[in-house]
This record gives sequence, structure tokens and C-alpha cells, in this order.
Amino acid sequence: MFFYTLSVAQTTAESDELEIRARNVGHALRCVVCQNQSIEESEASLAKDMKLIVRERISAGETDAQVIEFMRERYGDYVLLKPPFQPNTYLLWCLPAGLVFSMCLWFLLIARKRKSETFLVAPLSEEEKAVLKNLMDNET
Amino acid sequence: MRLFRALWPLLGLLSLVIFLAFGLTRDPNILPSEMIDRPVPAFALSELYEAERELSQDMFLGEISLINVFGSWCIACEVEHAKLMEISQSEAIKLVGIDWRDTRENGQNWLKKNGNPYDVIIFDADSRLVIELGVTGAPESFLVDEMGRIRYKHVGIITNNIWDDILLPIIQTLRNESLEL
Repeated sequence: MFFYTLSVAQTTAESDELEIRARNVGHALRCVVCQNQSIEESEASLAKDMKLIVRERISAGETDAQVIEFMRERYGDYVLLKPPFQPNTYLLWCLPAGLVFSMCLWFLLIARKRKSETFLVAPLSEEEKAVLKNLMDNET
Repeated sequence: MRLFRALWPLLGLLSLVIFLAFGLTRDPNILPSEMIDRPVPAFALSELYEAERELSQDMFLGEISLINVFGSWCIACEVEHAKLMEISQSEAIKLVGIDWRDTRENGQNWLKKNGNPYDVIIFDADSRLVIELGVTGAPESFLVDEMGRIRYKHVGIITNNIWDDILLPIIQTLRNESLEL
């Protein structure tokens, strides 16, 4: 009896683990009918059949990457919700960082220019100083 | 420098327009097919009318065929059906149907009502072959050469124009290829 419960507990733990993996894989795959949902969230019948195949393949011992690759071979990169880093997506991945970087660079250049410009302003002459002192004194 | 400063908002707008011109005119439902020039994937399914008859990828060897994915639930397929009947009567090519996500009864009744243009029909209730082929919806069609390789995929209804301007010329090239062999 004890062994029986132990083995049951083991198999459910195992199938739980498989189910968690299947869900993770399902969340990474796009439903090709509804396009902005993962197959895990989608109610479309094709997505349901895809989920079934994901579970079958995982139970058959395939790794998550193998299952994702299976779908990618058939539906292309489109089926991946997270775009892979490859030549045609370099721009996509690098653009945000590139923009931030160039903005910082631009800001630095402008700041430096401003700073150097302030130095270019000639210091007040004796005459100007006298006028300024006069103004300040009169104010109070 | 001055000129550039005046023009850069315009340049920005121009690049936005170019991006949108590509992005908004592309139909996101049409995915590029991964299957072109690959053999029809392995499968083991039964015939729609003869449940005990096993079909496999070998059925595509030796003859050019047009695979057409349909289902009794598919409304666009009804629109396409007249053209398929015409193609079948012209005997231009072997027509292989895939009855997708259907019951045998519904599929057979639908064909009884609309006519059956197919030479043979693969019954695929659980999207087995359909997912292997990377199909996203019905109707969808594939041209398969004599060697059992997929050579062209068409998403959506086969209209007169698509048949005359795209599919028929490709069938002709496939014929010529097999004559050369």
C-alpha cells in the first residue's frame, strides 16, 4: 500500500513537471490563427491541437528546445513569440539600445558645446563691473 | 549643416512613411511557407470514405498533385468549391483533399451537397498532417511534384485568376521538369 501511494505520488509529480514544461513551451509559441496570443492562451481549435502535439512530444522525451524547433520548422520564425537574435532581427534587437546610446552621445556633445561656449564669453571689463556694482547697490 | 537641421524632421517622416508603407500593406495572415522544396512530411491517416484505408506520404510519389485543405465548417471553402469542381473536370491535376477538423459524417455530407472534386481525401480530424504542413487556416493548397516534394503553397481561395496566372503555369513547369528527367 505504501509503495503504491509512493509510485502514484511519483508519477503525478512527474506528470506535473511535464505539464509545467508543456505550458512554458506553449507560452513561447504563437497561435497562428489569432496571432497575438500564445497557443496556451488561445481557444482556437488549431491552437488546441498544437498544444496536444506539444504535450505528446514532451512526454515522448523531447527537450523544450526540440519541441519549439519542431513548430518553427513548420510555421517559421513567426510561431515564436520572442523573436530570435539573427541577421534579420539585429535591427529589431539593437535599435532600442542604439537609440538610447545615440541620445546619450548627443546629449553629451551638446552639453560639452554649451560648456565651451560659456568660456568663450569675455569676462566683464572694469567699466561693466562698476555699472553692475552700481545696479546692485541701488537695488537694496 | 543648417540645411540638414531644417530637413531632418522631413527625413524622419519619410522613414516612418516607408516603414508604414511596408508594414500596413502586408497581409499578416499570409505567412511565408517553410515547406517549399521539402518533401511532404510523413503521416499515417485514413481515407475519408474508407476508414480502414491507410494513407501515407508515399501517395504523392509518381504524380503531380494539388493538395487542398478544407472542412465542412469552412465557409470560404464553399466559395472555392466551384473552381475545384472545374479543375477536377478538366483533369489538369490529381486533386488530394485534406478534410480538416471534421467528422467523417459532416465531411461526407458536405461533399454530397457540393460535389466531390477530389481523387482521394485524407481525413485529418486532429490537425496531424495540417500542423506538419504548417497550415494556418482553410482553404490552403499545395502543389506537390512527382517526387513528392512541395513546390508551391497558396493561402486562401483558388480564384480563376490564381489558377490561370499562378497555379497552372507552375503545374506546366513541373510537367516539363518531369519530362526532362
